[in-house]
Amino acid sequence: MIFVVVPAYNEEKKIGRVIRGLFEQGYKNIVVVDDGSTDRTAEIARQAGAVVLRHEVNRGQGAALQTGNEHALRAGAEIVVHFDADGQFNPADIRPAIEKLKDFDVVLGSRFLDSRSRIPWFKRHIVLPVSRWINFVFTRLKLTDVHNGFRALSRKALEKLHISHDGMAHNSEIISQIREHGLTFVEQPVEVTYYEYGQGIGGGVKILWDLIVSKF
Amino acid sequence: MYIIQILLCLFFVFAIAKVVGRYRGGELSSRGAIFWILFWIAAGVIVLLPNSTFYFARLVGIGRGADLVIYVALAGLFFMIFRLMVKIEKMNKDVTKLVRKITLGDKKI
Repeated sequence: MIFVVVPAYNEEKKIGRVIRGLFEQGYKNIVVVDDGSTDRTAEIARQAGAVVLRHEVNRGQGAALQTGNEHALRAGAEIVVHFDADGQFNPADIRPAIEKLKDFDVVLGSRFLDSRSRIPWFKRHIVLPVSRWINFVFTRLKLTDVHNGFRALSRKALEKLHISHDGMAHNSEIISQIREHGLTFVEQPVEVTYYEYGQGIGGGVKILWDLIVSKF
Repeated sequence: MYIIQILLCLFFVFAIAKVVGRYRGGELSSRGAIFWILFWIAAGVIVLLPNSTFYFARLVGIGRGADLVIYVALAGLFFMIFRLMVKIEKMNKDVTKLVRKITLGDKKI
């Protein structure tokens, strides 16, 4: 059974289309974790046919993903795919990721393995290389991309990973845990469409701060 | 006596009254109450007799008593901020646990 977990916070404008896109690709178990949205995210997601789990209070994307993971585990998922709610990902990228899970425990999306993603210049040449290096310092895994919300997890990986960073630092945390638990992983090209800039520098600094504080 | 000494001492008396109130209300343990009362009394002594810190300052190799007070206060403050941060972080994690439990508990599979 394949579960697609979509963490969403105030995404009423995009969530409906994202869910329809996933259904069109043939995925039936779509779990939207509404992370305390103050808009109609939950209602629209439900109308679109997704199972909606709601956090009464906003706890951050990491917390929402962990809730989705636990729900999927209990529901007997064999595969879980993490997919952003803002419409940046292409649902067609899921199928090849699932194919790769036959040989690997985890598949991580990367914007840099093909040329489909149009990344803003400053982000491609300044923000992401710096983030990659910080990520390497903290996780000791070399990856072509960091903080890409697209990933596919086997049940084995799902049972081992536990996201404790509520905010955005969960990305680095997942990578660290992949290494700690000796899970096998592979990167896969994914397309990311930028409607907005995404996390600015401030978001990056926040992630770094969370990582440092967690070391104490 | 300078006005600042009077104002600070009034503030310390106010702080001690608050500590006693908290202790009576059961929000502060007896150990905590004793610590804070001694703390504010010490602060009062330092304010009323600024030269009293001179001895300790000399002992640790700092020229002026006032400098010693500032160094110790800064170190103490930073330590407290650190402890608070760790506590808040832990509380955040606990809140998340609760929220998750409520969320998943509601859901029939």
